[in-house]
Amino acid sequence: MAAIFPKASDIILKVLGAVIGLGAVATIGAYTYLSYPTVIDTGYQPEQPVAYSHKLHAGQLGMNCFYCHYTAYRGAYAAIPGTEICMGCHQKVKDKSPRLEMVRQSYETGEPIPWKKIHVMPDYVYFNHRAHVTAGVSCVSCHGRIDQMVEVHQEKPLNMAMCLACHRDPAPNVRPAELVTQLDWVPDRDPRVIGEEIIAQKHLHPPTNCSGCHR
Amino acid sequence: MSAVVQDPQLMAVNPPLVQGATDLHDLTDQISSVVEAKVYETPLKYWITLMITGSVVLLLGAMLTYLVNTGIGVWGNNRPIGWAWDITNFVFWIGIGHAGTLISAILFLFRQKWRTSINRSAEAMTLFAVMCAGIFPLFHTGRPWRAFYWLFPIPNTDLNIWQNFRSPLIWDVFAVSTYFTVSLLFWYTGLVPDLASLRDRATSKIRQVVFAILSLGWRGSARHWRHYEQAYLILAGISTPLVLSVHSVVSFDFATSVIPGWHTTIFPPYFVAGAIFSGFACVMTLLLIARWTLNLQNLITIKHLDNMNKIILVTGSVVGYAYCTEFFIAWYSGDIYERFTFLNRAFGPYWWAAWAMYSCNVFIPQLYWSKKMRTNLWVMFIISITTNIGMWFERFVIIATSLTRDFLPSSWGYYSPTWVDICTFIGTIGLFLTLFLLFARFLPMIAMSEVKGVAAIEKHSFAGQVEGSPSHR
Amino acid sequence: MSLVNITLKNTPAATPAPVTGPEYWRSLDQLADTPEFRTWVEREFPDDAAAVLDGNSRRTMLKIMAASFGLAGLAACSRPEYRLAPQARGREDYIPGAAYNYTSVFSLGGHASGLVVQTYEGRPSKIEGNPDHPASLGAATALAQASLLSVYDPDRSKAVLDGGKQSTWEKFEAAVKGLSLGDGSGLRFLSGTVISPTLDSLRAEALKKWPKAKWVEYESIGRDNERAGAMLAFGQAVNVHPQFDKAKVILSLDYDFLGADYPTPLATKLFSKNRHVDSEEDLEKISRLYVVESQFSLTGANAEHRLRMQGGEVQKFAADLVAALSAAPAGNDKRGKFLAALAKDLKAAGKDALVVAGPRQPAIVHALAHQINQTLGVATVTYTKAASSDRVDSGVDALKTLTGEMTGGQVTTLIILGGNPAFTAPADLQFGAALAKVANSIHLGAEDDETAAAAKWHLPEAHYLEAWGDAQSTDGVVAIQQPMIEPIFGGKSAIEVMAVLLDSKDRKGLDLVKNFWTAQWPAATKENTWRKTLNDGVIAGTQTAEVKVSVDSKRIQAMPAPAANGIEVGFVPSATTWDGRFANNAWMQEAPDPITKLVWTNVALISPAMGREKGWKDGDMVALTRANLKLEAAVMVQPGHADNAVTIALGYGRPRSGSVGTNVGYNAGLIRTSDSFWFGQGFAIAATGAKEILANTQEHGSMEEPQLVAGIKPNKRPLVRETTIEEYKKNSKAIEEMNEVPELDSVYPQLKWEGLQWGMAIDLGACTGCNACVVACQAENNVPSVGKDQVLRGREMHWIRMDRYYVGSVDDPRAVEQPIPCMQCENAPCENVCPVQATTHSPEGLNDMAYNRCVGTRYCANNCPFKVRHFNFLDWHKNFLERRRIEPELMQMVYNPDVTVRMRGIMEKCTYCVQRIQEARIATKTDNRREFTGEGVVTACQQTCPADAISFGNINDPNSKVAKLKKQERNYAMLAELDVRPRTTYLGRLRNPNPELEAS
Repeated sequence: MAAIFPKASDIILKVLGAVIGLGAVATIGAYTYLSYPTVIDTGYQPEQPVAYSHKLHAGQLGMNCFYCHYTAYRGAYAAIPGTEICMGCHQKVKDKSPRLEMVRQSYETGEPIPWKKIHVMPDYVYFNHRAHVTAGVSCVSCHGRIDQMVEVHQEKPLNMAMCLACHRDPAPNVRPAELVTQLDWVPDRDPRVIGEEIIAQKHLHPPTNCSGCHR
Repeated sequence: MSAVVQDPQLMAVNPPLVQGATDLHDLTDQISSVVEAKVYETPLKYWITLMITGSVVLLLGAMLTYLVNTGIGVWGNNRPIGWAWDITNFVFWIGIGHAGTLISAILFLFRQKWRTSINRSAEAMTLFAVMCAGIFPLFHTGRPWRAFYWLFPIPNTDLNIWQNFRSPLIWDVFAVSTYFTVSLLFWYTGLVPDLASLRDRATSKIRQVVFAILSLGWRGSARHWRHYEQAYLILAGISTPLVLSVHSVVSFDFATSVIPGWHTTIFPPYFVAGAIFSGFACVMTLLLIARWTLNLQNLITIKHLDNMNKIILVTGSVVGYAYCTEFFIAWYSGDIYERFTFLNRAFGPYWWAAWAMYSCNVFIPQLYWSKKMRTNLWVMFIISITTNIGMWFERFVIIATSLTRDFLPSSWGYYSPTWVDICTFIGTIGLFLTLFLLFARFLPMIAMSEVKGVAAIEKHSFAGQVEGSPSHR
Repeated sequence: MSLVNITLKNTPAATPAPVTGPEYWRSLDQLADTPEFRTWVEREFPDDAAAVLDGNSRRTMLKIMAASFGLAGLAACSRPEYRLAPQARGREDYIPGAAYNYTSVFSLGGHASGLVVQTYEGRPSKIEGNPDHPASLGAATALAQASLLSVYDPDRSKAVLDGGKQSTWEKFEAAVKGLSLGDGSGLRFLSGTVISPTLDSLRAEALKKWPKAKWVEYESIGRDNERAGAMLAFGQAVNVHPQFDKAKVILSLDYDFLGADYPTPLATKLFSKNRHVDSEEDLEKISRLYVVESQFSLTGANAEHRLRMQGGEVQKFAADLVAALSAAPAGNDKRGKFLAALAKDLKAAGKDALVVAGPRQPAIVHALAHQINQTLGVATVTYTKAASSDRVDSGVDALKTLTGEMTGGQVTTLIILGGNPAFTAPADLQFGAALAKVANSIHLGAEDDETAAAAKWHLPEAHYLEAWGDAQSTDGVVAIQQPMIEPIFGGKSAIEVMAVLLDSKDRKGLDLVKNFWTAQWPAATKENTWRKTLNDGVIAGTQTAEVKVSVDSKRIQAMPAPAANGIEVGFVPSATTWDGRFANNAWMQEAPDPITKLVWTNVALISPAMGREKGWKDGDMVALTRANLKLEAAVMVQPGHADNAVTIALGYGRPRSGSVGTNVGYNAGLIRTSDSFWFGQGFAIAATGAKEILANTQEHGSMEEPQLVAGIKPNKRPLVRETTIEEYKKNSKAIEEMNEVPELDSVYPQLKWEGLQWGMAIDLGACTGCNACVVACQAENNVPSVGKDQVLRGREMHWIRMDRYYVGSVDDPRAVEQPIPCMQCENAPCENVCPVQATTHSPEGLNDMAYNRCVGTRYCANNCPFKVRHFNFLDWHKNFLERRRIEPELMQMVYNPDVTVRMRGIMEKCTYCVQRIQEARIATKTDNRREFTGEGVVTACQQTCPADAISFGNINDPNSKVAKLKKQERNYAMLAELDVRPRTTYLGRLRNPNPELEAS
């Protein structure tokens, strides 16, 4: 009987198969890749209500992180400082600047400044700044070189893989507690060695079991 | 072609497996006619039935959507009965599936020729049953949208954690998916030559093209047949251990736990026997219906049915033996919790379920000791139904009654299904029937190529070489 | 990702936590107007009404997608914008997200118990007992703890009502000025028992200002009989302080002092003191408790010997006992034997004996008890002077006179300070009707309730955690009641309303209380004393001196005992709703009754004999009638209940309560009359034919298997293990030898558990089954309430539950209680079956549960031999509130921010309060930089346990209490034969029965 398909259809079939196969692999690959926090979360940089430059304050003026974020070493949350902290200086410095209008207003009315949150942990994760900061984990480990950012953006993925990586091998990220806010600190010897010394001396063993972070 | 020679003595001792057809062409005609019929040629009752079962499938969809949106709370599950109809149905459907593989693989390896006219539909049934079963493991979870991808070992650099490979549920995932894949291949391989002959018989262009694609360019050359034979044999080899492994793994869900009534070493063989038992019963039910509705009397002969009934009798008795063993061990072990569980099973709040299962699975099949019963269509139809009911109850009894009253009397409870439970189960039955009906109408229900090999005319025909029946080599 | 819904952690930094509780928000409404709050709410409560549109529908959509195509992963793509609202001006040293604790005090039924309240961002979120307070000694009752939930009860009265119409405080004050009270002849005050010195001083002022005015104190469940009994016996008003810890032989005359009859943890604290056995000597300390009662009370369950009889027969029994002390009694029946043995035992105990009478028994029984104590010369009870004033009448008779005056029209102005008399007053007084007759009736109440409906003015009362105040416990010690939060609905406290009436210069609660006290202190140290007081929670040196009193037996003689004829109906305080004021409190509604294990209702309890005779089953509706009074209620057969008696708890069947408590249960008040206030004869009882389904958290009440097949002997399961002291002395292994099946050893090598390892030991000897731990856990761990229909389906969520088993005959059994938290098994059966590793073992021996990993296969729960795992079958937090049309927003403010709020479809269970463990660990390691060895971790259940029955800590530290207890021979693991190696073990119960009675 007559052939139903031309001779070429064999090749067409093979090609088709190949294309479909590759297509499927590509889609799955892309989907998986794109859905990683590494990809979708890092680089998040919303515009803040007040144009506050960390580069200026933390970088050029060299203010210590704890001057404003003082709860970072005392509580679980490194809370955003209240308006009065800003006004501490800005009552004198640039006290007329129109860019600080909202700050002054907030200070008078008591209405908080609606800052936008950048570094967001899922609600079932209990990250304690105090524990990490006092252990000697620097701000830079999770937040990057804030002192070089005019407007802050999320630099690290802050996903579970990142937490686990450090909890399983903390040494490289541990430094003397008094240096945690020195974002540009350059260790004089192998940071791992320094870290291991501190870990031994402070009896640090970061948890890698569920209830370490999930309660 | 030469006519069939009927030798009386021979007929008496060994009636041909396939009768009626005057020659091989008739056979092909007879089987293909169902597939090739025009829409209006197919009896109206078929379309009506299809519509009914189809709407039941919609019901299933509605139930699952409602479930996912509202929570497992819409079912009757509670504390302590965390698993009830959901897992019962899962095990039930998986069990149904077993006959297919058994018939196609094991009987094939044992050269049981009588399998030929039933293996196709049995395999199809396997696939559909496993589809129905697959629904439950996913949707019985509280968060299916998570379970969907956390139950499979997909690499995730996001969390850096894997599945718990110690958990029987993970074994299930592998066992069931492997089973489905292999069965599908096996079924399709067997289908290829028939699809080819449908292609060749096709009159319209579309049918030609469609079947041409489906038949993967099969031309029935000797070379094709050789490869086909090898592939078929290999697949049969692969799926044979699956028949035993799948339900053994499913039984581990219970056997590896600590709950009295679950924690039992005899579960694997016991479950496998039960699975084959229920599978055959289900095949029987469907075949009888097909036999009547599609007039396949001469392809599905009493001989076939008789053989199947023998298997049902055997497996049923194995299951019965397992029941006895359980009770013996419960008494012999001296474990008070075990002992109470089995007393409670037979005489507790769920006594009715237990006795339904004992009578349907053990007592009734004993009728098959008599050939009269084995060959009486009505009897076998009813028994095939009761067996399926009994086997569903077996799973329910094992799962639910063991959970209702375990170690601490303070946390004893009672389970009763909600309307959602019931509709979901009915929905899966609808899905199963719909798929089967579609199959029966649009694909050759009987393996033409194979059946020819065992047709009454075989002994005097060269058709074998001509048509290349697998049983001639 | 966004599919994990309501969780509560980051609370807004918008709110300075107060040093002494005050200014936090001027009112919730005001705060709720600010956009910050809105965004915060949206961020915190994606499920609340405000955020339904985006939050909910998005999730719903995704779920459908997930169901059909399993594309839930897409959820990761949406990035909602979160806001941060730092306080513009606040306290320098304030740390957002940290817990701040303040002392306060909880007053109930004339008793005060000191509290320590934990607050986050100024939201009270947990209540503990104040260790420095003499009546709580660090523990808190279930009711005290649950009172926290009422702060956020959206059904509380929100506005001043003038004749049912909305009004304002200004209008009310104006109206008060308009009142012409003259000499106060038409003026009456009605309040509960006043134990607040400040209020008392204001009362004195008022009575001075209006010489003809009168003040009536009425408590539906109060101490009137106790006071009257003392008057009768001693001729003067004294408070009685039984020293349960000093007594060797205790007789309770219908006194449920371990249960609902004693609203502070003190009694349990003292009683359980000498039930802790740590050494041989301790065996001798164990006291012997005899109980004579009608209904099966918690005290009865803890008794060595219990005699059931109608409430009315107790008086006769007491009289007979007096006689029996001098001459051995006749009678060979159970009562006779009991009486004889008891008399003998009491005499033998001499000064170590103690007889106490219950608040439901008439004055005479109290007097007889005092007399017996005096005859025996007991040293186990002390007395202090009780304040009394002739211008103040208290009790049901006083209320009767008042209602008389009200109906008679003598009362022109009635001021009701708190309480809900229209519901709690005896039916025959028709208080509601009488109230309607009063021209100017002013009702200060927490709810817009039955009384509010009948009164002209209704004033919203501030919750005690919202207002300043003080309270004096029976021994005189005064505690300051500190507010934690500004009145959410702008209510006022009783003292503030009094200040308005008296038009005094101080109007704020703070000024009233502070000035009242500081005025009595030397000017120099005022501020410091005040601050110290707030810190300690009690005012130093306010204890009243003991007084010596003697019984005047002449007055006691001729008291006719009521004749027993027919069915007696007894009324008891509800262990869950008290007198009805907790009816709208979901935590209490769902806390199972300690004995019946019923939730969401009360019932008419009858004896098994009565049940058999009448052929009544649990849930059959009966009508209790007397004269024109009628109550229809469901019956429940209560093993051990007195025959020919019906007991029904008060406080249910509120016709006008909130969305939780309205018409739940049956209103016993309908047949409670002033002449049969606690129990009465002559009731007719008949089945109505109707049937009610009762929600019960425990269906099978015995450790014995049911008899399924005749001839096969049912086994008794050794779950709660107990033995007598005698047995234990003979064979100290008695307890651990109770294993039915020899312990199995695993073929696998066992893990070594080194370093810090958590474990718990629960002393069944000390535990009384009071439910405090259940509620404590619910508050600490954000455990949801599920409602009656779901409890009926067996879906209650309590992480620690109280199992109750009856021992002995159905008609006259004993009962044992067993708290069941997660056993934290070392070989946890739940762990290896979880397909996604949502539950795994921590190196410290915790059976961790990662909610966000759980997919909800429920396999772990099936495989848990103790059934302590609870599944979120529905979105409880949302579901429960929504079905009652409550805005979740407010209720969710009660959550503990340190614990994840679980969404539906996932498993949860006791975690040994892992959040507290982590808190302690971080504190130790950051503050003083040293290794954490497990000190200072106290679980919620342990902290609140009034019996100190729960010990928790590092089992590898030989000095820890828990390690010591686990070494005891009476320590056993439930189901040890499974080789699951529970970390939670139990200490067998040691009973001290009287050999003479044990046989019978």
